[in-house]
Amino acid sequence: MMRYWLIILGMGLVTYAVRLSIIAFSGRGDVPPAVRRALRFVPPAVLTALAAPAIIRPEGVVNLSVTNIQLIAGSVAALVAWKTRSALFTIAVGMAMLWTLRAVLH
Amino acid sequence: MLLGVLPFGLIYGALALQAGIPPMAALAMSSIVLAGSAQFVGTQLFAVGAPGALIILTTFVVNLRHMLYSASVAPYLSRLRLRWKLLLAYLLSDEAYAMVITHYREKETQSGSRAVPQSRNDESELDQRHWFFLGAGVTLWTTWQVSTALGIYVGARIPESWNLEFALPLTFVALVRPAVTDRATAAAAIAAGMVAVLAHGLALRLGLIMAAVTGIGIGILTERHPPRAPRP
Repeated sequence: MMRYWLIILGMGLVTYAVRLSIIAFSGRGDVPPAVRRALRFVPPAVLTALAAPAIIRPEGVVNLSVTNIQLIAGSVAALVAWKTRSALFTIAVGMAMLWTLRAVLH
Repeated sequence: MLLGVLPFGLIYGALALQAGIPPMAALAMSSIVLAGSAQFVGTQLFAVGAPGALIILTTFVVNLRHMLYSASVAPYLSRLRLRWKLLLAYLLSDEAYAMVITHYREKETQSGSRAVPQSRNDESELDQRHWFFLGAGVTLWTTWQVSTALGIYVGARIPESWNLEFALPLTFVALVRPAVTDRATAAAAIAAGMVAVLAHGLALRLGLIMAAVTGIGIGILTERHPPRAPRP
């Protein structure tokens, strides 16, 4: 039991250290313009990278055919996100689409 | 966002229990580490009896991407007191980052100002933004704890065919929309998405870091080389 607590504490510490790393040094002088330009691309890059694998290779292999229901549901959800800009609506339509396709195909 | 997080906490709770982690320790991991993917990987390592140092090292590598988040939000937090920075850094999960940066960007476009307020007028509103960060962070933290606890007790009984875990990628899809504002950000998103898909097989979520770095590089290049004006 003690082993679990020590390891979990260690996991928490390294995670916190990474999250705090740059924030802790902010405020000591301005961010260089080149860095600021680069940081602008962190949100679009990271958010897409977090979402894409679960949609394009849901079973572990790349699947761009109609048998990939996650791809169809994800594409419809992306379209909804583009048009409505509503997160709630995007998730609702995406999940409903996934369940419908699953019910039709199985 | 909460809709996306909830199923993951459920699944994590159920898996942690299956891996033989005591319920209290599984809950403690959610409150101390507060990082979905690292907790999933850690749970797998616990299950196979991996040494503690390896589990901690793996957590570090899996969470390296948070250094990018730290750099990304740092300009907005630069004027805060140290205790605010210490608190907000703890809450900076994937999901909190996604919500907070979206909020900061929207406020920025509305007021037309940069991260650091230029005038007194901006300042009053911009100075409240860390409260949004705190609110989002605490709400996500609470959701993560509640869903972990639920997962420990009922998670194993939720049928896999519901695909509840798909709600999280959908949430990120929804948040990409406000992050893509011009040609360069669109290029960054597309490049990162492609690399993430191709490199997904890499261990320790290294593919995600590769994808992010590629996306940032492509974004910078696209910005530097605007489309040529059509010849007359």
